[in-house]
Amino acid sequence: MSIAWRALVSFAILLAGWQGLVWITQVEPFILPGPWLVLVSLAGHLELIGGHAAVTLLEIILGLIFGSVFGVLSAISLSWFPHVRRWLLPLLVVTQAIPVFALAPVLVLWLGYGLASKVMMASLIIFFPVTAAFLDGLRRTEPGWLDLAQTMTAQPSSNRSTASQRWAMLRHIRIPAALPALASGLRVAASVAPIGAVVGEWVGSSAGLGYLMLHANGRMQIDLLFAALFVLAAMAVTIYFTLDWLLRRLLPWQPDSLAHD
Amino acid sequence: MPAQTFNNSSPPAIGIELRGGALAFDGRAVFKDLDLDISAGQTTCLLGASGVGKSSLLRLIAGISPEATARHLAASDGGPVAGRIAYMDQRDLLLPWHNVLANVTLGARLRGERPDYQRARDLLARVGLKDEAEALPSALSGGMRQRAALARTLMEDRAVVLMDEPFSAVDALTRLRLQDLAAELLVGRTTLLVTHDPLEALRLGHRILVLRGDPACMSEPLEPAGEVPRPADDPALHGLAAGILRDLAA
Repeated sequence: MSIAWRALVSFAILLAGWQGLVWITQVEPFILPGPWLVLVSLAGHLELIGGHAAVTLLEIILGLIFGSVFGVLSAISLSWFPHVRRWLLPLLVVTQAIPVFALAPVLVLWLGYGLASKVMMASLIIFFPVTAAFLDGLRRTEPGWLDLAQTMTAQPSSNRSTASQRWAMLRHIRIPAALPALASGLRVAASVAPIGAVVGEWVGSSAGLGYLMLHANGRMQIDLLFAALFVLAAMAVTIYFTLDWLLRRLLPWQPDSLAHD
Repeated sequence: MPAQTFNNSSPPAIGIELRGGALAFDGRAVFKDLDLDISAGQTTCLLGASGVGKSSLLRLIAGISPEATARHLAASDGGPVAGRIAYMDQRDLLLPWHNVLANVTLGARLRGERPDYQRARDLLARVGLKDEAEALPSALSGGMRQRAALARTLMEDRAVVLMDEPFSAVDALTRLRLQDLAAELLVGRTTLLVTHDPLEALRLGHRILVLRGDPACMSEPLEPAGEVPRPADDPALHGLAAGILRDLAA
C-alpha cells in the first residue's frame, strides 16, 4: 500500500473515532464539535480562515528562510573558526535552555504586533536545530576524503594547510558531505516553524491562524477554532512533506534516499 | 629498457628517501629509526602483517600521518615530497554526490584549476569505465569503484603513486584483473604499494620489502625475476609467496 493510501486510511479511522466519541458521549458542541460540524464551519468561513492562513503561511515560510540561512551561516562560521566555536558553542547550548515562548512577549514589545515578531519567533526556534545538525555534519566528514584532498592540494613549499586549501576542502568536501545532516536539520525546522509562528500570534497579533483560534475560543466558536486548527495542521504537514520531497530530489545520493524503505 | 609512460608529459621519475621513521602508540614503539628507499620509476611493494605500521609509513610519506615522524624525508632529486604524491586508499573514497567523471577530476577542482575532462575520459576508457563517466558511485560494483579510484589517482599525474592495499576489498578474480590494469598503467611511475598479500607483492613489485618484528624492521629487498605483472599461475611465484608467508609468521 502506498504512503498516500496509508495516510488516508489512518486519517479516515481518526475521523470516524472522533465522530464516534461525539455520538457516544453526547458532548456539547462548544466543548468538542464533531468533524462534520468542523467541516461545515470550515466551508462557511473559507474566506476568513483563508485570509488568516495566508498570513501564518507567510510567517512560517519567512521564518524558515531566515532561520535556515542564519543557521547555515553560523554553522559554517563555527566550523571555520575553531576558537570562536569553543567560546560560542557552549553559549549557544545555554540559550536553548531559555524557552523561546518566554521570549515571545518581549519580541512583540520590540518588533510590534505585525509580521516581524512572528518571523523572528519562527526564525529563533528554527535557528538552533539547523545550526546544530549542519555543524555536526561539518565536523563528521569522512577522514579518508580529507586525507585524499590533503594529498591533492599539498603545497611543496609548506606543510601547513593554507586558507585556500581549507576553503577548497570546505567547499568541495565538507559542505557537500554535511548536506544530508543539514537536510535532517531542515526537516526538524519545518516541523517546528508553525509552532513559532502560532505562539507569536497568541502573544500579540492582529492576524493569523493563532489569532483567529484565540478569538474563536474567546467567543465559544469551538467549531471555528477546530477548523482553523485543521487548516494549520494541513499547512504544517504540507510544508513538511514538500520540503522532504524537495530534499530527496536535491540529494539523490544520500543513504536514506537510496534505501527504498 | 626505457620506461614507457602512458602520458608523455608525465613528471620525471623520482625516488623517495626516508630516514629515521618513527611511530609510537601509548609509549610502545611500532617502528623506530626505520629507513626506506623507493626506487625511481619502479614499483616497490611493502608487505607486513596487520598493525606492523606499513600503512602509517605510507601515510607518513603522503603527509597525512599526524602520528608518524621522520628525521629525513625527501625526493631523490633533493626536492620535497609534498605535492608530488598521488594517494590511493583501500577504500575507493569516491565522493557519493559526484558522478565518476567529477570524482576523477576532483584534484583539479580542489586546486582551483580547470579540469581536463578529455584526459579524464581517456583515463576512464583505459580503466574500462568509458560508459560509466556520468554514473554515481553508488551505481557501480566494488571493482568498478576501485577502477574509478585508480583513474582518479592517475589523473593526478604525480611523480609518485602511493597505494595502501588498493585491491584488498574486492573478490579474487577482480583483484587479479585490477593488478594487471594497475601494472599496465603504472609503468615507469615510482610506486609504493602496501599490501598484506605476498602474491600481490610478487606479481606487481620490482622490489619487495617486508616489515616485521616488534618494533618493526625492514627486511633486505627481494627482487624477483621477470617483468611485472608476473603471471599469477607461475609456480615459482607461489614458492616465493610461501617463503614470505613463513617469514611473516616467524
